[in-house]
Order: sequence, then structure tokens, then C-alpha cells
Amino acid sequence: MGAYLKIDRVDKNFKRGSQINEVLSGINLTIDKGEFVSIIGHSGCGKSTLLNLIAGLTEVTNGVVLLEDKEVNAPGPERAVVFQNHSLLPWLTVYENINLAVAKVFASTKTKAARHDWVMWNLDLVQMSHAAHLRPAEISGGMKQRVGIARALSMEPKVLLLDEPFGALDALTRAHLQDAVMDIHLRLGNTMIMITHDVDEAVLLSDRIVMMTNGPAARIGEVLDVPLARPRKRIELASDRTYLKSREAVLKFLYERHRFVEAAE
Amino acid sequence: MPAQTVTKTVANFPAPKAALPAPVIPLPVKIKKPSQLKPVLAIIARNVVPPLVVVVLLLAIWQISFGHQGASLPPPTTVFTEAYDLIAYPFFDYGSGDIGLGWRVLTSLERVAYGFGLAAIVGVLIGALIGQSVWAMRGLDPVFQVLRTVPPLAWLPLSLAAFRDANPSAIFVIFITAIWPVIINTAVGVRNIPQDYRNVAKVIRLNQIEFFYKIMVPSAAPYIFTGLRIGVGLSWLAIVAAEMLTGGVGIGFFIWDAWNSSRLPDIIVALAYIGITGFLLDKLVAAIGSFITRGTTAN
Repeated sequence: MGAYLKIDRVDKNFKRGSQINEVLSGINLTIDKGEFVSIIGHSGCGKSTLLNLIAGLTEVTNGVVLLEDKEVNAPGPERAVVFQNHSLLPWLTVYENINLAVAKVFASTKTKAARHDWVMWNLDLVQMSHAAHLRPAEISGGMKQRVGIARALSMEPKVLLLDEPFGALDALTRAHLQDAVMDIHLRLGNTMIMITHDVDEAVLLSDRIVMMTNGPAARIGEVLDVPLARPRKRIELASDRTYLKSREAVLKFLYERHRFVEAAE
Repeated sequence: MPAQTVTKTVANFPAPKAALPAPVIPLPVKIKKPSQLKPVLAIIARNVVPPLVVVVLLLAIWQISFGHQGASLPPPTTVFTEAYDLIAYPFFDYGSGDIGLGWRVLTSLERVAYGFGLAAIVGVLIGALIGQSVWAMRGLDPVFQVLRTVPPLAWLPLSLAAFRDANPSAIFVIFITAIWPVIINTAVGVRNIPQDYRNVAKVIRLNQIEFFYKIMVPSAAPYIFTGLRIGVGLSWLAIVAAEMLTGGVGIGFFIWDAWNSSRLPDIIVALAYIGITGFLLDKLVAAIGSFITRGTTAN
């Protein structure tokens, strides 16, 4: 049917006892190969749930998620996730953390030597080969997230899912990592879906920004095209008209039409 | 570059400024070699001298209390002179069962090794099952909570009847004593595996067996070793009691035998052996645990 990734009339309810909690309702979205799409919304609007549905970590209630016309119903390496808090295994070194994924995903398709080269290649990609022998506790938060990205990329995913990947980082480290992700996207042409609550991040990185309304029963409110040429430079963009207009559009959506309402509990 | 390093630290640790000068401090200590002797002496003084003083004091009180004629228990001096062989030569072998206490302790340790080793393997597997499956927990947990309160020796008659031999019965008593803390702690450890690790395993599609030894065991290792440490202590308690009843070569039977032939000094020496061995067992399991789980707790 053409679309690379298709989210078709997806609803998601959570049941707690007899109470049914409607989180997402009527989500339709198609994403092309090589596209970078951000999903933005206030906290609690179900954007992480949407990512988990694409990842297959949670099941859809109604509707279907299709990747290359195949239904997504379980997690798998072709939809690798970069988790918010890096989720590296603390008892393994940086190398072993990536090798855990590589050894499993390429168990039958790559030789041992080729797997080693592939781990190192991915570490190089995020500029972390110097720390291959260190454990996660011995490296900084930004470095951990770089390794998390390398681990996800090492699975050669069809879609790379990033769940607020830079949320726990300070502003400068975050900017470095955003540049790294843009660079990787440019070099490898991956399809990427990123959850974020940072407007600048969304505009800087994305081809399209999906804006979610507030829950319960959150919908896709608007989808904004960001027609900026790549490669993008954050300093040049700071005064770019298209950039500023896109930024304004997202801000208006989030803070005028769909202001965050504190739960009345 | 320096500015960047500082901000990276901010992301990791809440108090960056206080942490900055830290790398400078350890250097002078490492460079000067003569000064290394002093800290070692200080550690000895801190850790060895106080217990030594207490032991000497206790021996003195004991000597004063039981040193007079017709006392019910022998004083330290009598113990030392009468049981000198046992204290000075742990590994003598005069034949026909007349062997040093070192040999007897080793015999008991062998039984503990079998029983406790079995308990460790079975306990971790059952604990993993209970931690993973809600239904296994609902079914097994109440049963285990009842069984674990049964005193070790209460199992002995049953196991003697089942195995019809003293040695496997003693090993079974060790097993059934040590397994409960291993099961319970492993189950808690498995239940506490962060959801993130489970998600990682799902995304790379680890199967059940790979998940068990690549994620579950390392992640629950600190809990497992807490259980093993409690278990090994209980094993050592149980083996001495079990051997008193089953007979044979172990240290427990030695005490019973000495009591029957009224050799009180021998009993006192045996108690010291048991205490020291139990202490070393505990330290051994703790050391293995902290070696294996290094890095697991720090995140």
C-alpha cells in the first residue's frame, strides 16, 4: 500500500479492574522511509504509549500498526528503541552491552569477527570507541545515551524509536547529542520516530512534527511539515524564518489551543 | 572543553562542585612508599586490637569463675593443657577414627558443600520461577512460608526413613534448611528487575533461557547472594546438630562423643572450631558475592 510505517485507526485502552482508561483514540499516521518524525505533547498525553505500540511493547486495543505491510504485534530488533534512561545493563561493559544485541540479532548472519567489527563500527558512529571497555557507571549521562543509541542502531532497525532520548541530559550535552543524531540520520538515512516535549528539539530534528492533544483519549491534533533543508545548523537556524514560524506553530498548538490542564485529582 | 565536562557531571551527580577537586587527593598517598606502612598498622590497630582485648578479658573472667577446685566447667588453663593435641595439631590421624578436628570440620564441610550447593541451584531456579510467574507465586509461596518454619532437625527422622542412611539424610537436612532463604531472596530479586531491562530483552528477542542467565541472574545477583549468605549460615548450624544424631566422622558427632566420655575440654575446643569455621564460611560467601556483583549495584 505504499506507506512504510502505517498506524491505522489505533485506539489504546488500559483496564484497571472494572475501570477502562482510554489513552489514545483514532490515531492515523503514515511515515515514509527515511523520514524523521517527532511526536510532541504535554506529559501524560500518551505519546510514550504510542511509541510503545509501534515498538510492540504494548498491544493495540483497536486498529493496526503495519511496518512494510506486516502487522506489528511483538517487540523486535527491526523496531529498536532508544530508552529514555539509556537502560544499559550495569554489569556489562559498553562493548558487551552492544554485543549483547549484535550477538543475538546477527547470530546466524554474521561471523564472530564481523560481529566484532560491527560493534566497533557502531561505537565509532557515536564516537564512543574509546570507552568500549568501561562499565555504564564509569561514563557520563550523555555518553550512556550515546551507547544506547549505538545499541539500537547496531540492530539495523527499519525504524529507530527514540523515547525522549535526551530528556535527562543538561542543555549542552543535549545539543551535542542532537547534532550526533542529525548526523547519523543524514549518513544512514534511517527512519526515526522521536518522542519529545522540547519544541526546539522537535523543529530542529524533524521532517514532520506530530502534535498530540491532551488525554484522556488523546488524538493527533495537527501534523506540521518542517520544510528546512538538511544538513541543518542550529546557529544559522536561530534566525531562519521557516524555523521560527514552525516553532511558533508548535508553541501555539501546545500553549494556546491545547494548554496543559493539571489533573483535577 | 572544561565547561563541557562540568555539565556532563551535572547530569550524572547532583553535587558537581564539591566533586571537582577529588582526583587530586589520592596522588600523594600513592607516590610516597614509606607512608604505606602506617595505614596498614592503623587498620590492624582498629580491627584486631579491640576484639583481642575482649577475648583476653572474657578468658580472664572465665578463668576466675571456674578456676577454683570442684568447678562444674574446666577453666581455660585446663582446656589448654588437656586438649593441647586438638588445639595444636588439627590434622593428626592416629587411625581408627582418632583424627584431628581439622579433618572432622572438613568432613562436615563436605556435607555442607553437597547440601548447600544443591540448595543454591534448586533455590535459585525455584526463586526465579516464583519471581517471574504470578501463579507460581500464589501457589507455592504459602506452602513455602509454612515449610520454612519447620526446624531443621524435625526433618531428620523423615529423611532417615526415606534414605535409610545417615550421610544422605544429613545432606538432605542441610538442603532443606538452606533452600528457603535462597528461594525467597531470589524471588524478591527477580521481581525487582527493572522494567527497562525486560524491555531491552524483549526488543532484542532474548529467549527464556538467555533471559535467565543474561539478565535475570546478574540483575538479581545481589539478592541471590543475600539469600546464599543466610543459607550457608543456617547450613552450618544444622549440620552440627544433625551430626550429633546421625553419628559418623563430623564435628557435630565429635561433640556428642566427647560429652558421652565426659571430655569437656574437647567440647570447648570443638566449639571454637565450629565458630571460626562458620565465621569464615560467611565471609567467603560474602566475598564471592561482592566479587561477582561488582558493578551490578552501581548504576
